[in-house]
Amino acid sequence: MSGPSDYQPTNPALKWLERRLPILGFMHASFVAYPTPRNLNYWWTFGAILSMMLAVQILTGVILAMHYTPEATMAFRSVESIVRDVNYGWLLRNMHASGASMFFFAVYIHMFRGLYYGSYKEPREVLWILGVIIYLLMMATGFMGYVLPWGQMSFWGATVITNLFSAIPYVGDSIVTLLWGGYSVGNPTLNRFFSLHYLLPFVIAGVVVLHIWALHVAGQGNPAGIDAKTDKDTVPFTPHATIKDMFGVSCFLILYAWFIFYMPNYLGDADNYIPANPGVTPAHIVPEWYYLPFYAILRSIPNKLAGVIAMFSAIIVLVFLPWLDTAKTRSSKYRPLAKQFFWIFVVVCVLLGYLGAQPPEGIYVIAGRVLTICYFAYFLAVLPLLSQIEKPRPVPNSIADDVLAKYGAKSGKVASVAIALAVAGAVFAGGTHDARAAEGQEAPPAQKWSFAGPFGKYDRGALQRGLKVYKEVCSNCHALSYIAFRNLADPGGPGYSTAQAAALAAEYKIKDGPNDQGEMFERPGRTADYFPAPFPNEQAARVSNGGAAPPDLSLIPKARSYERGFPRFIFDFFTQYQEQGPDYVAGILQGFEDTPPAGVSIPSGSYYNKYFPGHAIKMPKPLSDGQVTFDDGSPATVAQYAKDVTTFLMWAAEPHMEARKRMGFQVFIFLIIFAGLMYFTKKKVWADAH
Amino acid sequence: MKGFGIVTTASSAEHPTRRDFLFVATGAAAAVGTAATLWPFISQMNPDASTIAAGAPIEVDLSPVAEGQDIKVFWRGKPIYISHRTKKQIEEAQKVPLSSLPDPATDQSRVKEGHDQWLVVIGICTHLGCIPIAHEGNYDGFFCPCHGSQYDSSGRIRQGPAPANLPVPPYQFVSDSKIQIG
Repeated sequence: MSGPSDYQPTNPALKWLERRLPILGFMHASFVAYPTPRNLNYWWTFGAILSMMLAVQILTGVILAMHYTPEATMAFRSVESIVRDVNYGWLLRNMHASGASMFFFAVYIHMFRGLYYGSYKEPREVLWILGVIIYLLMMATGFMGYVLPWGQMSFWGATVITNLFSAIPYVGDSIVTLLWGGYSVGNPTLNRFFSLHYLLPFVIAGVVVLHIWALHVAGQGNPAGIDAKTDKDTVPFTPHATIKDMFGVSCFLILYAWFIFYMPNYLGDADNYIPANPGVTPAHIVPEWYYLPFYAILRSIPNKLAGVIAMFSAIIVLVFLPWLDTAKTRSSKYRPLAKQFFWIFVVVCVLLGYLGAQPPEGIYVIAGRVLTICYFAYFLAVLPLLSQIEKPRPVPNSIADDVLAKYGAKSGKVASVAIALAVAGAVFAGGTHDARAAEGQEAPPAQKWSFAGPFGKYDRGALQRGLKVYKEVCSNCHALSYIAFRNLADPGGPGYSTAQAAALAAEYKIKDGPNDQGEMFERPGRTADYFPAPFPNEQAARVSNGGAAPPDLSLIPKARSYERGFPRFIFDFFTQYQEQGPDYVAGILQGFEDTPPAGVSIPSGSYYNKYFPGHAIKMPKPLSDGQVTFDDGSPATVAQYAKDVTTFLMWAAEPHMEARKRMGFQVFIFLIIFAGLMYFTKKKVWADAH
Repeated sequence: MKGFGIVTTASSAEHPTRRDFLFVATGAAAAVGTAATLWPFISQMNPDASTIAAGAPIEVDLSPVAEGQDIKVFWRGKPIYISHRTKKQIEEAQKVPLSSLPDPATDQSRVKEGHDQWLVVIGICTHLGCIPIAHEGNYDGFFCPCHGSQYDSSGRIRQGPAPANLPVPPYQFVSDSKIQIG
């Protein structure tokens, strides 16, 4: 590669290897001696962060693939069994799911850095295009990965996105059938998405190698946008950039840990905790947040084919950036007009992201069209125009001069930009929450839950009382098929002993067989058995319940939510509020009213409920005072039942929550100490470079 | 510092300085963090909770098994032979001199007291893991077709390449006609 290497091994074994495959000298030249501009700021650490995230995703992904089953009838359950049964399965799953979001967060910052500092300009055009290719591969990988859990959003997101190709004239439908492997999204689709999702990250890794190679040929850009001329302009990559990158990584890990341990479902969609149902489309199909701007562009164009072309063009236009923006000055630091338009562009992207999560109605449609025009205008009109008419400020004479000049002035700006980006990110991410549009829906009252907050725990008494309510009331119609009797004795749960769990199991009759006569038979339950379903199949459930199948309750508090609205969803990120589901469930249980309000008519066979979307729920009021008596003397009221059974169901949905929060606390302490150590190490290492 | 491949610009390491302490502390923290992070990745390969639960003890009803008959049940994925031995088999097993056994063990040590007509062994050849065939071979016991190991009516290795007797799983008699394996 580029860069002087003075590497001469003294060890005879290494000398032997070096003569035959000079990999050590290569590594030394590329990552130790490699001359790095000494004026880089922290926006330059995201390359290392991205490399780490790719490694993390591959590592966690390969391990998840050891336990995941890519088959339509088993995929959803296999993901739940990873989370519930595999040692640290919940941690690996959270790392991979949050890791995808962090990967895209880092790549967007990396790309915006490139836009601002002219990293795509001569001689880095190929480097930039390789980056766009990596980005496209990331989007394909992320899309296919989201399909794998086979939840409602997985299935319907797959349906919508694969249907995009039907917009292609003549061959569109054939292409879609080819992608599906069937007449609709189904098991063949899932299988091939799993195979490709496993493959593409390694393709990404290969393109990343080319990307770093292209970078090393040209040398890194820098905030001043001028070339390095002398040795005074650069420092060796190791230890300077290595240690600085590690500090950047440790700060990034703190944000990552926040999602893994404390807000694992903040960026996700509650509907994906409902198993895929080809017969029911969710009210709002929303892609993951990192696709939202392009989704908004797609929906802005009323013509199907034009919308698809616009969406793909929004990414492809990046490829042409080096030829659209031909200004000689690289860095926007010295281009006052370009700088302002850059920030306007950032706002446009964030707003497009927000719009992508809103229902395509009313003002959102108009705003989407305006912003789509702004998006394309930035690349196709503003940048080319500025190349011609803008008068840039003079750039520093050398990188060394730039370092001496800027020392002390920069940090404030970086901090405020960082805050702005954080808020932008929160708007982006929380925008997905608005997809559960109210339509005039009243939000259920916020309750105090013992498990809320970073130190929340399940109230053992509430869990045991809630189990009693489930057994005596809910289990008549609702299954709890992800909970085994042995789970009742697990740590972090209701706290029964193994003997008590076995006794409880033995009260149930479990269908087993066939025996040696070929017949099915019943036997008493064992701890390894799961709670039996009240109905043998969905059709029988419907017949006994007025045509509506009572849902399995194992995941219900995670599978339900309600709109929090702007700006509450931004505060939620910092306060860790994530109890929309439990509030909704408790609200439903207490929200029945005998007579609907004036003007509201409920069809016969349904009942009025204040918090159920549309107000007409097929379930009759399940709870009344005095229905269940508690041994510990807790009040036999509907409010108590609702609170306790919701707490129990939250445990059923997330049995390892206490372990998650406990480990999160330890990880945070460690990361804060480690980031501190890295900060001081970085300062020491760079002391002689300033 | 050279040991890590990290080259410091000015290495004058005569006295341990505050700078060195910082580097050592950071390096140690990084090592601890890496090890702590790696542990879940390794631990996840151990049997998960549902596999462990599926390996819970099982009860087997012995009443349908006639004298001279044997059955095969599965526990933790392994085949287990339960033989209802004839008087002849029991006598032969008890009379074998220990010195002639490659893996010496008395028959009494391999059955439960008062229930010596019942032999419960894991049917996996201790050579390389094939399943021996019951009521075969020269010793009225088991014969492994893969490499010719022969076991007797107590499941002990008598000839062939297998080094050890067929293992006896943990089990106990719940009643005279029922055992619990595991």
